[in-house]
Amino acid sequence: MAKLILSLDGQLIKDFTLSKERTTIGRKPHNDIQIDNLAVSGEHAIIMTILNDSFLEDLGSTNGTLVNGQPVKKHFLQSGDTVEIGKYKLKYMNEAPANMSQADFEKTMVLRAPAAAAPKQEVRNPTDTQTNIQAISDTGAAVAPPASAPAVAAKPAAAPVPPVPPAAPPMTPVAAPMGTIQILSGPNAGKELPLAKPLTTLGKPGVQVAVIAKRPHGYFITHVEGANFPVVNGKTLDAQAHQLGDHDIIELAGVKMEFFLKP
Amino acid sequence: MSLSASLEMAKATHTGMVRSHNEDSIAIDGEIGLAVLADGMGGYNAGEVASGIATALISSETREALVSQSPHQVDTNGSPLATGLLRNIISKANTSIFQSANSQPQYAGMGTTLVVALFCNSQVTLAHIGDSRCYRQRDGKLEQITRDHSLLQEQIDSGLLTKEAAKRSQNKNLVTRALGIEPAVEAEIHTYPAQEGDIYLICSDGLNDMVEDEDIEMTLEALGANLQLAAEQLVQMANDNGGRDNISVVLIKVKKDFPADEGLFAKFFSWFK
Repeated sequence: MAKLILSLDGQLIKDFTLSKERTTIGRKPHNDIQIDNLAVSGEHAIIMTILNDSFLEDLGSTNGTLVNGQPVKKHFLQSGDTVEIGKYKLKYMNEAPANMSQADFEKTMVLRAPAAAAPKQEVRNPTDTQTNIQAISDTGAAVAPPASAPAVAAKPAAAPVPPVPPAAPPMTPVAAPMGTIQILSGPNAGKELPLAKPLTTLGKPGVQVAVIAKRPHGYFITHVEGANFPVVNGKTLDAQAHQLGDHDIIELAGVKMEFFLKP
Repeated sequence: MSLSASLEMAKATHTGMVRSHNEDSIAIDGEIGLAVLADGMGGYNAGEVASGIATALISSETREALVSQSPHQVDTNGSPLATGLLRNIISKANTSIFQSANSQPQYAGMGTTLVVALFCNSQVTLAHIGDSRCYRQRDGKLEQITRDHSLLQEQIDSGLLTKEAAKRSQNKNLVTRALGIEPAVEAEIHTYPAQEGDIYLICSDGLNDMVEDEDIEMTLEALGANLQLAAEQLVQMANDNGGRDNISVVLIKVKKDFPADEGLFAKFFSWFK
């Protein structure tokens, strides 16, 4: 569960767990987080928490609310954000639950949202026969429950995004050499074509087309359409993707071209 | 009347890079112009069971129903028969999954998302539940046609979140409707005109969570001539980006218009006009 850590001049004062749907911040004593300082308005700001997300809203305070140094009216809090109210700082921490094991990641489960966390106020409840009778109209889009309505079912397995399981690191090529095609024959001979996009098609639509896919571990050519398949280094390809090597020669729709890696 | 001459279909499904098994299930039938995709949820292998029941039951029941009915005709309320037909069949699937879940402890609480596309008379009738999607590529532009039944979509609709902010939410994968977890469920069903050249993409969230819409659009544009390759390329892109969930893709290309055969009676009567 998300936490707010209140501090003044680097001195930790107290931490608060955001367990309620609405957490109020202000100078007056009825606030959930009371900051007794004249720079703080009586009702200064509010934090709305919906399951694992929290939203900060300034309630028109006299001296305003800053997040990471910027004044905000409304802000979707991200873990690590620092909220400043007067001289006070509130650090927002929201780490994905640590007790979720690898096994939990892999299993998709159905969860009912606990009634306490999200009070049940669905507009159309499938168990309610009345609503069902009405519901035999053509569209089901008519009524969207309020944003705070509970989720009926949860698929938490893929939910916690930040800790990417080690099995699947985001494979972004780090300063990899850029694949480039140079046309060797035909009217466009000499022209260079950088393969910057994830997919680049080559050839003549309706006659012969091949695609070069830029992938984390290299460039791959695949036949797309036409009776003839592309030829790489004198060998005709089959329907499978073929990884291109530096200085491979490709023949396609009667045109010769060279693939090379630009450092 | 077979639709295989007018529609081209391709499918691909993959476990992804993280999960141990594939809980998605897909079924296509080019003859009757039907595509079904389900993304199951539930412990152990219950998710696969739920999505498997959904696709198997919906495809067989639809095939059977189409023997005696023409889905393009309209009922007394003016909605296409396809709407009522899909509504009934989806309701049956819901009951079937719900009952299995309640009679067998290992399946308790299982459920699934669902997208069904039924093509008929140059139209497509789309039914969906949960956060699996249908997109349409027309004139080089990709457009999402279904709207997720999810907490995030509701927050976007209410203005609490922007589409961009939703990507940073910790509340992903919370669906507000699912097939098989309540005694009854309402599918959202709409009918749209289909045009020659359209490509329809039906996918589980394992695709659209991992691959940006613009990259999907580019892939369909570049590889539309080879639908199977396009489907496999989309799965590969999701895996190259981390493949955190199962990925399933169904592509349907409208090769030419497919007006419904008016039937013998209509032909017979037109003689006398």
